[in-house]
Amino acid sequence: MLTESLLLSAFLFTIGVAGVLLRRNAIIIFMCIEIMLNAVNLAFIALSRYVGIEGQIFVFFVMVVAAAEAAVGLAIIIAIFRHYESVDIQNFNLLRW
Amino acid sequence: METFLFTLFGGLALASAFVVVTARNPVASALFLLVTLAALAALFVLLDAQFIAVLQVIVYIGAILVLFLFVIMLLNLGYAYRPDVRPLPWRLVAGGVGLALVIQLAIAVQPARSLREAAGTTGPEALVALQQAKGVVGAVAEPLFSDYLVPFELTSILLLVGIVGALLLAKRRLD
Repeated sequence: MLTESLLLSAFLFTIGVAGVLLRRNAIIIFMCIEIMLNAVNLAFIALSRYVGIEGQIFVFFVMVVAAAEAAVGLAIIIAIFRHYESVDIQNFNLLRW
Repeated sequence: METFLFTLFGGLALASAFVVVTARNPVASALFLLVTLAALAALFVLLDAQFIAVLQVIVYIGAILVLFLFVIMLLNLGYAYRPDVRPLPWRLVAGGVGLALVIQLAIAVQPARSLREAAGTTGPEALVALQQAKGVVGAVAEPLFSDYLVPFELTSILLLVGIVGALLLAKRRLD
């Protein structure tokens, strides 16, 4: 099941990348980032069956980082919503060139 | 049976991830993200990572996804939402990037075949034996609290910083 898992992980990651490029709603972009993180987790778990338990430990750390990232990111979205009354990323283009 | 379950949950994860990207309503996106995460938890069980599967349900579905739904509710995004899918040029860019990425990743997966063939001695059986010897949680916990103790303790600092940062960013300005 290793190759199948890695292929599934590749497809999920690609769906996440396409979602980040396609959507303008900041919350949905965050969800796509979560999909990408989960795709990587799937690859880690599939490989951990052959390489060793370390893959599962790494997934544990990825989950911790994902939780912290989601909390801070959603707080940023709330702060932006206060400012612009919208979560459309077309509104915040200060750093755009 | 395993192949059937893998196909079922893998297809479910892919299909609902696709709906997350295409659904217009953010609440629908969040709920389909739940289906994706749950299907991935089932896949983790199939891949001998029962502890991670439970963590996935508790941390991702129980905490992160609820946080997403909570923010959607707080910002009142569940209805009267504006369609936010980008116009055609962006769709072509997304499709092109996606296609290139899938091809590249599919090529990158090829060495995994030789890895599986070379694994032989340390195949899935070694992991299952380890889990039977130490328990499903113990197999993860023992290295976590010995070899990876310092990173583990550092995550507590990361989470503390995350809590403080989230509070600071989301609180109302009083000035």
